[in-house]
Amino acid sequence: MMGFQTLFNKEVLRFWKVATQTIMAPVLTAMLYLLIFGHVLESHVQVYPGVRYTAFLIPGLVMMSVLQNAFANTSSSLIQSKITGNLVFVLLTPLSAWELFLGYVLAAVVRGIVVGLGVFVITAWFADLSFVAPIWIAVFALLGAAMLGTMGLIAGIWAEKFDQLAAFQNFLIMPATFLSGVFYSIHSLPPFWHLVSRFNPFFYMIDGYGFFGVSDVSPFTSLAIVAGFSVVLAVIALRMLRSGYKLRH
Amino acid sequence: MAAIQITDIKKNYSGLKALDGVSLTIEQGEFFGLLGPNGAGKTSLISIIAGLSRADSGRVTVMGHDVVTDYRAARSKLGVVPQELVFDPFFTVRETLRLQSGYFGLKKNDDWIDEVMENLDLTSKADTNTRALSGGMKRRVLVAQALVHKPPVIVLDEPTAGVDVELRQTLWRFISRLNHEGHTVVLTTHYLEEAQALCHRIAMLKQGKVVALDSTAALIRRVSGSQLVVRLSGAPLPQELQLLQLQGSAGYTVFRVNEYTAVEPILSALRQAGCVIEDMQLQQADLEDVFLQIMGGSDK
Repeated sequence: MMGFQTLFNKEVLRFWKVATQTIMAPVLTAMLYLLIFGHVLESHVQVYPGVRYTAFLIPGLVMMSVLQNAFANTSSSLIQSKITGNLVFVLLTPLSAWELFLGYVLAAVVRGIVVGLGVFVITAWFADLSFVAPIWIAVFALLGAAMLGTMGLIAGIWAEKFDQLAAFQNFLIMPATFLSGVFYSIHSLPPFWHLVSRFNPFFYMIDGYGFFGVSDVSPFTSLAIVAGFSVVLAVIALRMLRSGYKLRH
Repeated sequence: MAAIQITDIKKNYSGLKALDGVSLTIEQGEFFGLLGPNGAGKTSLISIIAGLSRADSGRVTVMGHDVVTDYRAARSKLGVVPQELVFDPFFTVRETLRLQSGYFGLKKNDDWIDEVMENLDLTSKADTNTRALSGGMKRRVLVAQALVHKPPVIVLDEPTAGVDVELRQTLWRFISRLNHEGHTVVLTTHYLEEAQALCHRIAMLKQGKVVALDSTAALIRRVSGSQLVVRLSGAPLPQELQLLQLQGSAGYTVFRVNEYTAVEPILSALRQAGCVIEDMQLQQADLEDVFLQIMGGSDK
């Protein structure tokens, strides 16, 4: 237990020590998205009746920040440690696969939530927001962060170079996030892309999150899909850690 | 119970035999040397002991615990100083050592951390970020990290490679103290004089196999006798001495002498032949001679 706590503390300390890069920068990026897209589209787009586009955009930006930063935390920590060689300090210890998994993923959840809260605090000034389903918001934010933290762990173990990790991020995480309904409702998509979106697990995180109390599918269905996907990813990550895949030769 | 028991370990890397059936028993309290040229398999063997690498076949136990099936117990008994000079640039020396203690389940370990830092001359750098340290200081931190949980078995993989004399002396003083207190120490080094001075027993690896395993004294006795080294002028070397001659260098002639009593007949023969002895040394055989002989680098 103590070993897991130490790894968790170390991972949290690691991103906290470079908070300018790991917290402030993504908050600023999200704010720029809001200012630019909000300003350009405010008078042209209304996703839900009675909800201004800026107000629609904020919860999506918060969730997107949570997901991307949870992924970034585990993946960057692992790849840096592998490339600089200091991962050996963890590999030499008696930490089990479970302890490694929980230490890395929970720290990723903390970073995702901290950045998400930061984005919310900064952007909430721009629109009147009401929390229709706060429990679902919390559940999907935490579960989404854990899922992306796990994906980051898998990517960090798999990647041997920074560009491999960047490919994972640019060709998988980024499109899945942008095509999940962060910036629009999938109802505004043509039928084909609407169908494709249904196969994107990120869509269920955003939809289940249902900030405005409006969801395309039942939040329980979304929860089951997101939880199921998270379990599959966790099993893959644990198997990689247990076997020492690309960690122990 | 042996500190480390290695049984018929085999390891291949892409068809290359890194370890080819290595078996060794390192007893508790030993100061054990693992020597061999680059690529002999020393680091591969240490990696398997430490759990950083998996053997293709064979078994390793540390203090009776299998390093694969009972890895938690095995790793908690083991402290490893890796060969690569690695560090975590996010943390100070003290933070690094506290984190390493925590991984091993030790929460209040500051007294021992202070003692380790004191003994490795790291106290003044306790609050310095590791990335700001010199290479020698980083090496000390690596050693300290391996010792934070007071492991009964300490493995040092070339800990003095490229470091100054001061660190070597500081390090060996502390490691020798720990060895006297009962810690088992396994050392790999290319500095054979260090191995000779410190190790009770030595194994030599060559192309993944153990080619010599004995006490340090017994290994040195394998190279019989000493060498008489002379620089001559005046007359050519007499015929009867040419049979005793070994390969010399830089104008020096080298003779093998099995006993001190063999020196005078050589000197006498040189005088009778009219040779003038301009310089003379009697050199004892050492671990380097044994190493070169076993590794096939010398015909001595």
